[in-house]
Amino acid sequence: MTRLMLILAGLVLALFAGALVIGPANAPYWDSLSALFVDDGTPLTLVMREIRLPRAILALAIGASLGMAGAAMQGYLRNPLADPGLIGVSSSAALGAVIALQTGLAAAYAFGLPLAALVGAVLGVLLVLALAGPRGASITLILAGIVVSALAGALTSLVLNLSPNPFAASEIVFWMMGSLADRSMDHVWLALPLIGLGLALLATLARGLDALTLGEDAAQALGINLTRLRLALVVGTAAVVGASTAVAGTIGFVGLVVPHLLRPFVGARPGALLWASALGGAAMLLAADILVRVVLPTKDLKLGVVTALVGAPLFLHLIYKTRRQMA
Amino acid sequence: MTLLSVSGLTIQRRKRTILRDVSFSVGPGELVGLIGANGAGKTTLMRAVLGLLPAEGDSSLAALPQKARAQQAAWMPQAREVAWPVSVERLISLGRLPHLAAGQAIGAADRAAIDGAIADMGLEPFRHRTATNLSGGELARVLIARTLAQDTPLVLADEPIAGLDPAHQIQTMRLFAGLAQAGRSAIVSIHDLGLAARHCTRLILLGEGRLVADGAPGDVLTPDNLTDHFNITAHFARSEAGLIFQPLDVVGMD
Amino acid sequence: MNRRGSHIVTLFAGAVLVAAPVLAQDEAPQRVVSMNLCTDQLAMMLADEGQLYSVSYLSQQDRGSAMVEEARKYVPNRALAEEIYLMDPDLVIAGSFSARVTLDMLRRLDVPVVVFDPSSSLSDIPDRITQMGAVLHQQDKAARMVDEFNAALADLAAMAPHEGARPSAALYSANGWSSGSATLPGQIVAAAGFDLVADEYGMAWGGFLPLELLAMSDPNAVITGQPYPAASRAEEILDHPVVTDLKEGRMQGIVSDQDWSCGTPFVLGAIERLSTARQTATEAPQ
Repeated sequence: MTRLMLILAGLVLALFAGALVIGPANAPYWDSLSALFVDDGTPLTLVMREIRLPRAILALAIGASLGMAGAAMQGYLRNPLADPGLIGVSSSAALGAVIALQTGLAAAYAFGLPLAALVGAVLGVLLVLALAGPRGASITLILAGIVVSALAGALTSLVLNLSPNPFAASEIVFWMMGSLADRSMDHVWLALPLIGLGLALLATLARGLDALTLGEDAAQALGINLTRLRLALVVGTAAVVGASTAVAGTIGFVGLVVPHLLRPFVGARPGALLWASALGGAAMLLAADILVRVVLPTKDLKLGVVTALVGAPLFLHLIYKTRRQMA
Repeated sequence: MTLLSVSGLTIQRRKRTILRDVSFSVGPGELVGLIGANGAGKTTLMRAVLGLLPAEGDSSLAALPQKARAQQAAWMPQAREVAWPVSVERLISLGRLPHLAAGQAIGAADRAAIDGAIADMGLEPFRHRTATNLSGGELARVLIARTLAQDTPLVLADEPIAGLDPAHQIQTMRLFAGLAQAGRSAIVSIHDLGLAARHCTRLILLGEGRLVADGAPGDVLTPDNLTDHFNITAHFARSEAGLIFQPLDVVGMD
Repeated sequence: MNRRGSHIVTLFAGAVLVAAPVLAQDEAPQRVVSMNLCTDQLAMMLADEGQLYSVSYLSQQDRGSAMVEEARKYVPNRALAEEIYLMDPDLVIAGSFSARVTLDMLRRLDVPVVVFDPSSSLSDIPDRITQMGAVLHQQDKAARMVDEFNAALADLAAMAPHEGARPSAALYSANGWSSGSATLPGQIVAAAGFDLVADEYGMAWGGFLPLELLAMSDPNAVITGQPYPAASRAEEILDHPVVTDLKEGRMQGIVSDQDWSCGTPFVLGAIERLSTARQTATEAPQ
């Protein structure tokens, strides 16, 4: 358990360093790192501090957010198919973010953008939980997710199409697939407070999720306050997913893949899976973001494309495994 | 001293009254069998007593704060639900949750309670098996062990012996009886009236939306009660081996 | 340079470009509809009173159009076949980016249509002026305009610094697109005496320049456009701290505006303003 956490932390650290030294400017690794800490007056310091550092921080924070949110939703719904991207929470957050951007709310208030995304995410979570019911049977969960995703996606397209800005309409793909290209420290400060709050809230769920392994009745009789647990889950998920989506768009499958891969290593305990998935998610998104920079450096390949290429086959496998339960 | 007192409990669900004005109390050292035909409201009563269902009237358990309630009574629901492939030992250790402060890890006392529960249910060979791969009967024993590990003065169990083989049924009922002898108490809902008669110190019969009878097995399992509330006749005898109860025939059912 | 000679050459080149049916018209068109922002401007500059009937609605909007006031004198069109047919024009002037289906429809309805290629370099501009003169039967006016244009351009070229003393400039627009010297905006910048960053990376025709490479090239000037209303991620890059850092303390106040958007004599104003900014910066070094 502790060994797993140490391995994951080491992996995250190595990938974080990799994300800092790999990029189109192609400077020697050591020069890059020293330019990050010492302002040597060359443009490399600008590149390191204003381009690569914020990008790496966001990949870490957003990956951790999506990983932990996925683990929390799966634990609560007791269903391995739950993922904020797949069940429409991210799409709803994107809708909130797009509305804030196009109405000028994001420009008028410092935290208008992430808070609007949070509101969108809360509505998305509530809608899915209401449709899927407390036990979150696979079939209703996925159907609810499809409906919420489709609706939020359509409304996002509509808002972007109505924008007087000719570029806005072509950005539907960013909001659907996500990217960390050209993010700045401004975006880090915008997203980090909400992500921190959300992760802290989700981390409090560990015991409740463990107890929920036995069902809602047994969990309550073990002293778990389900009302408070639901509230922390909804607000925590919405905060991390909202803040992440507001700055990076919708990135799917991280919350699905990571908890699934790590579950055997924590003895399947949903509580222990929370922090493990946060680290795993950070590692996965850092790796994906390095990959998009190495494979197609000038094309702004979307992060969601990479995570979907990894995640979709796994999702199919999970559906195949649970199809008897779904039938 | 009473471990549980219930008075005037009335439970309505979807505007239909399920149980009306139920009152009873449970003291230490009792093994209470909760009996009644299907749909008599056994599960509903236990859930309402635990505060898991809204009800009118009073239940001393439901009145407690949630954490204190979890230290006073353990609950084994009828659904044998295990969502994740955790090990038997870990599943049983969930019973210690009410005894741990926030952030506190499992300690020596907790470990002793877990080991005790595993030994009581004869689960030592299963300790490291994955709970979701067990047979129905094995899983039932694991879930009972989880309830025992909670180490509460009162245990409520909803059909704990359903699906067990005869040996494990008897063993489990003896275990609950042993708890009672040690000064703790248990309320178990049960369909096997023979086992109920032999092992319970007291039976509570539910029927027609109310508490029909409450007393020693011999006083509750009267021919009239059996005919009126179970639609059966039965052979009932006292022997050297204890009470013997055998259902014989169905009456009054169309 | 023999200006007369080059004029004849461009006139000849222009005549070749003119579509055949228009050459056959010996009378000047009297009810002309232009449906492209750039042909609008040339037509407005060259047409006689009453000859031009309608211009595109874009010419009446501040963003992109260098002749808003002038354009308001004409009926606006939205480049739709039905609308234009009902205007009963005797000549329609379109750009090569106009919708093909619209032009085909107009041709089927026997409306004469001329298509202008966009200017992708400064040397295309005299050609387009001459072509517009031929189409509108305003050859003399067009020839005078070409002479003036070439003269002004030559004056500006004389002021540009020699090879090696030229500061570098990056044209940077939405999505990180950077234009090079094989594009009209690139030639405007080059004519004002700058070397282009896009050329350094082998993107004379323009290309996506990652923010990192822009920062590493450390240009003397970063030239961005005017943002469109409402937000877009594509334009957000222009407010990235790296871009604002690069603009700060360097040649300031340079934006590509409506004078840059079309191959018309308005580009002279753009080149001149850029040259002035360059001179001010080099004479008073920071």
